[in-house]
Amino acid sequence: MTDVALGQRPLPVGSTRRNTVAWWGVLCLIGTEGALFAYLLFSYYYTALQLGDDFGQPRHPQLELSLPNTIVLLTSSVFVWWGDRSIKRGQSAQFFIGYGIGLLLGIAFLVIQTFEWRSQTFSLTSGVYGSLFFTVTGFHMAHVIVGVLALASILVWAALGYFDENRCVPVLVAAAYWHFVDAVWIAVFFTFYLTPYFW
Amino acid sequence: MAPRDIERVPEIGVASDVYGGTLARTWETEPGIAGFFSTVDHKQIGIRYIVTAFVFLILGGLEALVMRIQLARPGQNLLTPEQYDQLFSTHGMTMIFLYALPVLSGFSNYLWPLLLGARDMALPRLNAFSYWVYVAAGIFMYVGFAIGAGPNDGWFNYVPYASGPFNPGMSMDFYALGMIFLGISTTVGAANFLVTLFRTRAPGMSINRIPILIWGTLTASAANLLVVPAVSLAFFLLWMDRQFGTHFFDVASGGQPLLWQHLFWMFGHPWVYAIVLPAMGMVSDGLPTFCRRPLVGYTPVALSTVATMILGFGVWVHHMFATGLPSLALSFFSAASIIIAVPSAVAVFAWTATIWTGRPVITTAFLFFSSMIVLFTIGGVSGFMTGSVPVDWQLTDTYFVVAHLHYVLIGINLFPVVGGIYYWFPKMTGRMLDERIGRWNFWTMFVGFNIAFLPMHLVGLWGMPRRVYTYPAGIGFDWLNLIVSIGSFIFAIGVLLLLVNVVRSLKHGAIAGANPWDAPTLEWSVSSPPPPYNFAVIPRVVSRHPLWEDRLKEREVRSATQEGLLLDHGRETIATTPLDAVPDLILKMPEDSYMPFALGVALAAGFTGLLLHWWWLVVIAGIAVAASIVIWLWPERELGQVAGVAP
Amino acid sequence: MSVGLTAPALFAEAFATPAWADGKPLSYLHGFGAKAVPVVALTWGVIWISIVVVVIISALVVVGISRRRAPDPIEPVSAIPITRSGSAIGWLYWGVGVSTLALFGTLIWTVVVLADVNNPGVKPAVTIEIAGHQWWWSARYLSDDPSRVLTTANEIHIPVGQPIRVKLIGADVIHSFWVPALAGKTDTIPGQTNTTWIEADRPGRYMGQCTEYCGEQHAHMAFIVVAEPKSDFEKWQRAQLLPAKAPDTPEAMRGERSFEFHCGACHTVRGTDAGGTVAPDLTHLMSRETLAAGAVPNTVGNLAGWVANPQAVKPGTLMPTLYLAGSELSDIGAYLKTLN
Repeated sequence: MTDVALGQRPLPVGSTRRNTVAWWGVLCLIGTEGALFAYLLFSYYYTALQLGDDFGQPRHPQLELSLPNTIVLLTSSVFVWWGDRSIKRGQSAQFFIGYGIGLLLGIAFLVIQTFEWRSQTFSLTSGVYGSLFFTVTGFHMAHVIVGVLALASILVWAALGYFDENRCVPVLVAAAYWHFVDAVWIAVFFTFYLTPYFW
Repeated sequence: MAPRDIERVPEIGVASDVYGGTLARTWETEPGIAGFFSTVDHKQIGIRYIVTAFVFLILGGLEALVMRIQLARPGQNLLTPEQYDQLFSTHGMTMIFLYALPVLSGFSNYLWPLLLGARDMALPRLNAFSYWVYVAAGIFMYVGFAIGAGPNDGWFNYVPYASGPFNPGMSMDFYALGMIFLGISTTVGAANFLVTLFRTRAPGMSINRIPILIWGTLTASAANLLVVPAVSLAFFLLWMDRQFGTHFFDVASGGQPLLWQHLFWMFGHPWVYAIVLPAMGMVSDGLPTFCRRPLVGYTPVALSTVATMILGFGVWVHHMFATGLPSLALSFFSAASIIIAVPSAVAVFAWTATIWTGRPVITTAFLFFSSMIVLFTIGGVSGFMTGSVPVDWQLTDTYFVVAHLHYVLIGINLFPVVGGIYYWFPKMTGRMLDERIGRWNFWTMFVGFNIAFLPMHLVGLWGMPRRVYTYPAGIGFDWLNLIVSIGSFIFAIGVLLLLVNVVRSLKHGAIAGANPWDAPTLEWSVSSPPPPYNFAVIPRVVSRHPLWEDRLKEREVRSATQEGLLLDHGRETIATTPLDAVPDLILKMPEDSYMPFALGVALAAGFTGLLLHWWWLVVIAGIAVAASIVIWLWPERELGQVAGVAP
Repeated sequence: MSVGLTAPALFAEAFATPAWADGKPLSYLHGFGAKAVPVVALTWGVIWISIVVVVIISALVVVGISRRRAPDPIEPVSAIPITRSGSAIGWLYWGVGVSTLALFGTLIWTVVVLADVNNPGVKPAVTIEIAGHQWWWSARYLSDDPSRVLTTANEIHIPVGQPIRVKLIGADVIHSFWVPALAGKTDTIPGQTNTTWIEADRPGRYMGQCTEYCGEQHAHMAFIVVAEPKSDFEKWQRAQLLPAKAPDTPEAMRGERSFEFHCGACHTVRGTDAGGTVAPDLTHLMSRETLAAGAVPNTVGNLAGWVANPQAVKPGTLMPTLYLAGSELSDIGAYLKTLN
């Protein structure tokens, strides 16, 4: 590898774009939390394979609430992505709209999910399927709540004028986390609501 | 925004101009209680980790000695079965979780910025936080032990025995919640090492010039990030079964006991590599100093470190060979478990070649580093033996495995750690450890250890099962157990001699200069102990052995340690590109802060609430946690996180 | 009464077989049957490879240190100059190369042995369903004819020279079934049935031990496998299938009634009203060599002590202490003595 010459180039100072340590930090967070969901889903698939028909999962899980809810969450990601792009171009009005709507859609997801939970015929303790369903979706809900708090903090800090096109790392970090939470939901939704149709 | 607000040309300066200036005041910690709770200095945190880990080592060692008194003769009644079961479980938990990784975290914390040419770790407040959580989780679990509710199902805690019906009482709850709590410390510590490695190396320290200790801790950290969630989840599911009647492991309702074993060992096996690879790195960096030549085979050793860890993800089932799995699975995991010995062989031969082609200088540190090679080999071959499924069907759950695990843990973790203490104590304290006491220390530990653990292989081959509080007389176990018990006490005296040496040398040790061992790496270019800012100017590096370049004369261009980037506009260090280490950012570093401690306290309160079912406390703690995090992450001007303001 | 210290000589004598000849009944450095013998060879093979490796590496390290070492002590270390002598990478090629060959060889041998011992050569004629309980073993000899299903505990008999299928059931927590001289271990796991097989190639008594930590008395969960010629085995089987003979002394008859009342909820003695299944079947208790899963030899004194105060023999055992009067205890003892 090459040797480095210390020239007189100006270097950025402090927290700028993706050079910052916070970006690497959120990647580590996504790595470890992603692993957590991998193990949660492994627990589900392992138990399902061992028990076969005795697993107790519904043959046709209800999609009336969960499918629209999935769309709600994915849409929130689109708005957050748009807000992300806007702040990187210094367009703060679009950023507020993007993140604001993203936050509201995130809260909507939580509300709809609560209704979805209450409509189930099984419970946390009714059997191993119920335990797995509510624990896995519960962990996901907890991550959404953290994401909602993160988006809210971002909006507050933005309102205080902390961000512009050069200083916006917390925005990017929150966006990365939010997209991660969405990606996890796709895996969870697929596992609990779609795979039973083809067991 | 004007470029000058977010960019600056970093000044170059000369080290001697910096000494005695303002940089020390910028970086030093407040003395007294205030500084104790708010410091983010990696050197202080590193020493705390090492000291705390040694406290746990001693506690775990005392637990072992009591067990060895019980087992010295057949049929003794010094301990009730329940007491013995809590002792062996707490001993395992203490050594594996509260000593083995934290002591290596401590060394890595202390050394990494000094080895890499940085002024601190990339995330200093997170560093302080990881220590507070570690010590809080350790205390949490030991409170259980102190009140007679210590873990009693082994460190591996299999269900169904760990489940409510078979294990009422709080033992399992202390253990489960304590481990989830501790997992937070391990995870954030791992993230900190990863980010530090990829962002804050000295200019020119490309990825093929970093010391092997860095490779070791790096791979261990990457692994921990991915596998700690498995064990935290397992303990969480167990806790849920016990508190709320979920059915993850409840057989009558479809729960799967083997799910516990899979989750636990998917974590547990990579973990045992995480607790030895950094120590192997310490040997790879320290041994060459005393052989007066660079390590033989740097690249193979670095790559074999990574290869061992990657293969280590694929062998966990070898802890489950007797559970009735299909033979195809058994064959695959047996093959992987045997093949994983290959990268380990790379390290052993690299070290041996370094000794053979160098000029060995015998110091206490060298004795620990070189004896480790022999202990590693013994532990390695006994592991290879258990990798073969049909043989493992006999060896597993006998004292043969106890012998194996102690050779690998004491041989590949403790011996390098003690060597590391002799090697780096001068750097940390400015004083040398006494060499004469050191020789007694080494030989007592080495002889005592082998008397204690070599016979265990035999008593295991003769069929003595593990985790038994006593054994029948007259079936071949009597004499060997007595010898093992005697050896364990000799070994303990050896460890005591280490403590004596440390305590004595803190006050009366010979004064050490910057580089008493004439060693090659960057930490030896600063004073002993280092100033709070580590480097007066950021070094520039052109080889693996900056301080040996003038002797090796392998290149024209030399590393520069006396002239380099000043970075003295407040607390700053340089951030560089991940592979080639080209400077690309002036990183603003945080001031000392109470937030890490506050967040640690809030979490401890939360876990206590979960333990006692004080849900109101859990809610309050949850709010405190959220508030602490938001305050901690609040954008700061001085860190360059606020728009329109030059930091 | 101290656990395990009572009459070690009796204990060892009870197990006089080739497996015990050298006083190490749990050793697996020798094996006696088609499932054990190939593994014993592989075990010795890897032991020798390991010893050779350790000796070679230790010699290399010790000689390497001695031959060119600097005088000791040397102060300062920098007095010895730094040099990088020629290429030493050959060490790695040779060392890792030879190691890899040995490892591959072992791997192939492992797979061969695994294939060899995974299944018996012929279909087993006898199947025993063994369940691990805290802290004892139940054994049920299966048969298509329900009247020939035999239930016993802690001591099983098998015919010599033929494979026996063993189905392993977990009754409460995970235990592990291990009779070292005959086969490697297999766990009993609640919720699943594991299947293994054992075979003894010569008559004798072979000691077994639970080898998965299962609670306080894991240390006292042994069992015995008695291998005997086919005719002797069938004689044993016929005797075990018979119900208990009615007692003929007044003491024993009183004891039978006492036993049914105090012990029948947990224990079974066929031919009486005692039909509990959560504790060992005692129909032919006196045909066994040991009590309490190998905790103590089966003698009059030990039996009386066990019934009177189980906690003294096996602290933590799930058998309750009954606090019976001395006379009632001796009646029960008299009755139990008739259970041959």
